[in-house]
Amino acid sequence: MEKTLPKIEIIEKYCKGCHICVEFCPKDVLEMKGFYASVKNLEACIKCMQCELRCPDFAIKVITE
Amino acid sequence: MAFDYDKWIRPGKLPHIWCPGCGHGIVMKGLIRAMETLKLKKEETAVVSGIGCASRLPGYIDCCTLHTAHGRAAAFATGVKMAKPEMNVILVGGDGDGTAIGGNHFIHACRRNIDMTYIIMNNYIYGMTGGQFSPCTPTGHKASTTPYGNPDPGFDIAKLAIGAGATFVARGTAFHANQIDKLIVEAIQHKGFSVVEILDDCPTTYGRRNKYKSVIEMMNRLKEVAVPVKAAEKMTAEQLQGKVLTGVLYKEESKPEYTAEYAKVIERAKAAK
Ligand SMILES: Cc1ncc(C[n+]2csc(CCOP(=O)(O)OP(=O)(O)O)c2C)c(N)n1
Ligand code: SF4
Ligand code: SF4
Ligand code: SF4
Ligand SMILES: [Mg+2]
Repeated sequence: MEKTLPKIEIIEKYCKGCHICVEFCPKDVLEMKGFYASVKNLEACIKCMQCELRCPDFAIKVITE
Repeated sequence: MAFDYDKWIRPGKLPHIWCPGCGHGIVMKGLIRAMETLKLKKEETAVVSGIGCASRLPGYIDCCTLHTAHGRAAAFATGVKMAKPEMNVILVGGDGDGTAIGGNHFIHACRRNIDMTYIIMNNYIYGMTGGQFSPCTPTGHKASTTPYGNPDPGFDIAKLAIGAGATFVARGTAFHANQIDKLIVEAIQHKGFSVVEILDDCPTTYGRRNKYKSVIEMMNRLKEVAVPVKAAEKMTAEQLQGKVLTGVLYKEESKPEYTAEYAKVIERAKAAK
């Protein structure tokens, strides 16, 4: 069965560039790009939701089916 | 599926005012998830605070809210609960607001065992006013008013709450985001005064004075010090040195709840000739 990838939405208007989502992603999916968080390797995402849970700023959403 | 926080946020209020990496936003999200889990009705839910960065929280939440005077959340919240005992009353605030200027209101709300939930965001500092030490700043730590190290021992909020008579006491951390809503759900469901302490981070006024290089270091510290109560049972005193217990620390269900007792007083008064 093919793995379905989530859609990761980063709301730059809310992101304060704290690095929390990037540092604590267990699969190194995210990176900082300039001031904001950004998706580096979506294929590796295991949809654990840790980034969305920990973002203090409501700035990252992991949209799954 | 991504969680829909928007339902509980007042339109146009984001981004919030908290600094990058401040844990107060993580706690607010936990509270929102808890309110959604319990399917609370906005018109039957009041979120009440005093003053401080943490106390700014009710301004963002779309339900009945009160932003009151410094340290007085418990007093105002008690008023709400006495007038409308059917409401879910949730207090939120910081360690300074709750244990310094508001310490008196805090212990008496615990003593009465009034059915409210108090979420206290403990970042060990007065964040809003520039980092003065609070009654929760640990000994030796630095604040703008203790540049050579704090000589005072800090309060253990959970022990204080238990000693004063609260009947549900729990502790979590801003790092363990997943647990925050679960603790708050249990606290709201408990009939009596519930205290949920969340160990939090203030990178701006506490972190930089206490040699934390980043928000990530502060989060890692929360990760390292926290030991779930169950795991602690199997650990030696030596292994528990410097650790902080997390989870539900205390629960007591037989103590009478205050609004129920007060209703009886009203009945007795009505029956009196
Ligand atoms: C009567 C009164 N005294 C002092 C202050 C100044 N003051 C505002 S917030 C605050 C402390 C807040 O600390 P805490 O509750 O820990 O919240 P944090 O900012 O750390 O989240 C103080 C002393 C005030 N607003 N009112
Ligand atoms: S859902 Fe988990 S694996 Fe995917 S980006 Fe977020 S933290 Fe990383
Ligand atoms: S955790 Fe949130 S605010 Fe922090 S960098 Fe990631 S998306 Fe931005
Ligand atoms: S000063 Fe501290 S407590 Fe206040 S918003 Fe900034 S990080 Fe948070
Ligand atoms: Mg504080």
